[in-house]
Amino acid sequence: MSLDRLAASALCGFAKLLTGVRALWIGSAPDARPRVYFANHRSHGDFVLIWASLPPHLRRLTRPVAGADYWLTTPLKRYIINRVFRGVTIDRRPDRHGPNPVEQMGEALAAGESLILFPEGTRNLGEGVQPFKSGIHHLAKAHPEAELIPVWIENLGRVMPKGSVIPVPLLCSLSFGPPLAAQDNESRDAFLARARAALLDLAPPED
Amino acid sequence: MNPNHDLIAVFGGIFGLLALFSAIGMGLKWRVSPGAPHAVIDNLNARIKAWWAMIALIGGAIWIGKGGVIALFAFISFQSLREFVSLTHTRRGDHRALLWSFFVFLPLQYWLIATDWYGLFSILIPVYAFLLLPISSSLGADTQRFLERAAKVQWGLMICVYCLSHVPALLTLDIAGYTGRNALLVVFLVLTVQSSDVFQYVWGKLLGKHKVSPAISPSKTVEGLVGGVLTSTAVGAALWWITPFTPLEAGLIALVINVMGFFGGFVLSAIKRDRGVKDWGSMIEGHGGMLDRVDSISFSAPIFFHIVRYWWT
Repeated sequence: MSLDRLAASALCGFAKLLTGVRALWIGSAPDARPRVYFANHRSHGDFVLIWASLPPHLRRLTRPVAGADYWLTTPLKRYIINRVFRGVTIDRRPDRHGPNPVEQMGEALAAGESLILFPEGTRNLGEGVQPFKSGIHHLAKAHPEAELIPVWIENLGRVMPKGSVIPVPLLCSLSFGPPLAAQDNESRDAFLARARAALLDLAPPED
Repeated sequence: MNPNHDLIAVFGGIFGLLALFSAIGMGLKWRVSPGAPHAVIDNLNARIKAWWAMIALIGGAIWIGKGGVIALFAFISFQSLREFVSLTHTRRGDHRALLWSFFVFLPLQYWLIATDWYGLFSILIPVYAFLLLPISSSLGADTQRFLERAAKVQWGLMICVYCLSHVPALLTLDIAGYTGRNALLVVFLVLTVQSSDVFQYVWGKLLGKHKVSPAISPSKTVEGLVGGVLTSTAVGAALWWITPFTPLEAGLIALVINVMGFFGGFVLSAIKRDRGVKDWGSMIEGHGGMLDRVDSISFSAPIFFHIVRYWWT
């Protein structure tokens, strides 16, 4: 086993131990076809939890989409995102000069890999789910063969809210919903609203 | 009478029964659906398997001694509180109160048992946590649903830590003529209340027709409740020889803690239904979460503790 893989299993094991995460496959089952898992975003550990909850043979085929501005800043983070998780690091700045993020993500899908995507664009520190950025819409149009699977991450944002040093040992769960059905002639905003609603459908009732 | 002989006799009996149940479970599986999944029988077998592990853990803890029992129940409290807080809604402002609950009040409560400080043990959570935690939450400067959030944190601590800690606290009671045998009180309580859960399940599956309250628990039936409570009351009475009680007293006490245990499961079911879930967690295969297994003990332990403390010490 290579060092990268060893680091991956260690990180997965730690995440599972800390959060007791439970994967609930409510509307879909694990599958090797190209997929975009899209989830609510509360913490930097979100994609680790999704990745760790996939069966090991699918982990190698599944790549998190991560912001270059956070993940490429130190050697350790670079190692984790590039080598351990084989992430697709994208430049989120509007005035970027590098490659187009949608094309970068599309290359992975075209190669038969799956993606983990947070369409809110950035971590949401409040309640609920922020409006989706348009990237997921472009991606869905360019790659109709990829399944869009909503994944609701419950509690991870509460384990360690922004500004705290010690985590509360809460149990997290991931709900994998049914694939988003394709619809012809749907406007961008209607698509984004529908995808966001599919994700919110998986959230537990607000009290 | 050597307490170790009684413990060996009781645990020998339990393991014998478990072996019998395992054989019945395997026989059922073999007769009804060999090789194919069968929801009820597979769940039954998963439950029996989990019982082996749980009884072995309790036996091991008692064998280690007071420290073992305290550590085991501290762990049970920790896991239960995790499950409880995970399912109830708190906000960012409660983070510090939750840290206090998990990392200060929970260990402190069990430390007070280890050092035999009954006075503080009995008021730490009802008084000090009750006053200090809302202060901590208020410093989060978030007033939304404040009373509700404060109540939830306090409730979780009471059910998962305060009430459950009364099981190892039985080891601190000084009962005349019963010195060195207190671990048997833990066995009596856990065995009686857990057997009530098992017999409610068995009688319910065999005879259950009338639901107690479909809105709260779809699986609890009147037949299961009456049959289960009466059978395990008989179990309690039959265990009088490991307790300081007479057979009649043992039966009456068993009846009280079984009824409390039933309502413990009932009350916590109401919370689960409100949150739209069937189980508190998935830690124990076939049973659900830790809190699904100990909800009845949580409600019966303090009552049992006070009955013994008031009349026998």
